[in-house]
Amino acid sequence: MEQQFITTIGQPNLTSILFFFVFITVTMFITYYAAKKTKTTADFYAAGGGISGFQNGLALAGDYMSAASFLGIAGLVSLKGYDGLIYSIGFLVGWPIIMFLIAEPLRNLGKYTFADVVAYRLSQKPVRIAASVGSLMTVCFYLIAQMVGSGSLIHMVFGLPYEIAIVFVGAVMICYVLFGGMLATTWVQIIKAVLLLSGATILVIMVLYRFDMNPVNLFAAAQAKYGDKVLAPGGLVSNPWDAMSLGLALMFGTAGLPHILMRFYTVPDAKAARKSVFVATGFIGFFYILTFIIGFGAMVLVGQDIISGMDKGGNMAALLLAEATGGTVFLGFIAAVAFATILAVVSGLTLAGATTLSHDLYVNVFRGGHANEQEEVRVAKIATLCLGVVAVVLGLVFKGQNVAFMVGLAFAIAASANFPALLLSIMWRRFSTMGAVFSIVTGTTLAVVLIVISPTVWVDILKNPTAIFPLKNPALISMTGAFIAGWIGSVIKRDERAESLYPEQKVRNYLGVSVE
Amino acid sequence: MKKDPDAIIDSPEFKALVATQWSVSAVLSIIMLGVYFGFILVLAFNKALLGSMVSEGLSLGIPVGLFVIVLAWGLTGIYVYWANDKYDAAVNAIRQSLRRS
Repeated sequence: MEQQFITTIGQPNLTSILFFFVFITVTMFITYYAAKKTKTTADFYAAGGGISGFQNGLALAGDYMSAASFLGIAGLVSLKGYDGLIYSIGFLVGWPIIMFLIAEPLRNLGKYTFADVVAYRLSQKPVRIAASVGSLMTVCFYLIAQMVGSGSLIHMVFGLPYEIAIVFVGAVMICYVLFGGMLATTWVQIIKAVLLLSGATILVIMVLYRFDMNPVNLFAAAQAKYGDKVLAPGGLVSNPWDAMSLGLALMFGTAGLPHILMRFYTVPDAKAARKSVFVATGFIGFFYILTFIIGFGAMVLVGQDIISGMDKGGNMAALLLAEATGGTVFLGFIAAVAFATILAVVSGLTLAGATTLSHDLYVNVFRGGHANEQEEVRVAKIATLCLGVVAVVLGLVFKGQNVAFMVGLAFAIAASANFPALLLSIMWRRFSTMGAVFSIVTGTTLAVVLIVISPTVWVDILKNPTAIFPLKNPALISMTGAFIAGWIGSVIKRDERAESLYPEQKVRNYLGVSVE
Repeated sequence: MKKDPDAIIDSPEFKALVATQWSVSAVLSIIMLGVYFGFILVLAFNKALLGSMVSEGLSLGIPVGLFVIVLAWGLTGIYVYWANDKYDAAVNAIRQSLRRS
């Protein structure tokens, strides 16, 4: 009979506090150093373009691998088995699309944000305002999901009150971004990515050590304990339309996430941008394979009853497994890694939001593009502070609410508001200002309205008996709608100036140099 | 550099560059989309297939899932390899000729 182990999760853990203290000290030192080098807008938004391709690849992976995907997917696998892998695959397949369709034009046409590209030859004000709305909504929904998740996680792991956890996360994140800008944020991401990847790798080795280093033996043990069903697809994908719609949101949403897109401006050239996508895709794919094994390890070595007993969603699976294989010291290490992960992801989001507020809205809309360096950096810092405070307040307001759908919504808005406008502005000569505004407004509105009347919110949260809109994720309709609206707007009102500027844009898009 | 962008985009070299870049991107994107949505549709319509056991402890779905992950990475690798080798060379050649003319 296997032994039932008693977990110490929820009690203060000395190793964890120690590791966490080291992490905060090191990152604060980096922030101090970065603050001295962060003077211009290029420094603040893009780390002066001085990040290497490999470093940016790690940082992209750091931005993308959230605590939700580490703890959440490992938990999903531990309780549902194979279905967790389907979820991971959806989150990975957007990366090649970024590489093939977006990375180089983004790099060659923009300066700091994807709105730079959309507004390249269109009327600045209306396009920037629309793009900012899409961008800020993506960032805010993603940020709420991360903040609420981090508050409950820290509460569960360290026993710290939810409110204190939220305020603490907010304060540290504001420090990184406010003083260190993109340079500090990038290094926080890199350190976090290395910690997370190595922590997960060690965890996998410790699990596989008990199964002759052969994952198939682990799967067989799971099969013996819980039956064939854990190795087979279950209920996650049943309705093909639902599956297609979620697939579209994940695939094209990744290519519309502002905090991911702005990382392409931190590298010196297109070659480094390409390399960073290759590195990021490799690390993220490797990480998802690790979480799959971690999930099965937890299923076999901890047991589904204990995992779901601690948290219904299974979020504690990876931590329980760390304790079961490496004792409280290893638990402490993995818990500190999860905490570092949260801090890094919210910092990246806050920086992206602040950049939109200062670069797109303040400078290019309110000041008509005429603001000097010092003024823009000052506004970006004020925006960081405001956004950080807003994130803390939202985290407190949404305490105890079911916010899991907000990640899906953020991806749906990114796929519907940001991606179609970006793609059309790059590829279609006739795309006009009216088309861009129509496309972004339609994509955002459809994504938000449809998710409210979908089973995800209308039934699961608002407790209505049946949903008005049948799909759980709106991307199938909202993304298609955004492309159609972009076309209609461009046909209704042509933009002669934009069309005449297209050749110049195209040359720059492909050659990376300006000819006029 | 002060050149007429219309003349550049109508030049045969530039047109060839755009055509090649576009076909490489399109082919790779279509492979990724096809494989991923193919996977999703098999899940939706023939779940039992991916649940069938290859051997003790291994269902067909596990190697297939791993294949999709490795393919996603492999395709980005192919693109980088192609772009660093062929595309950059073509871009540099056009830039050179623009500078000379």
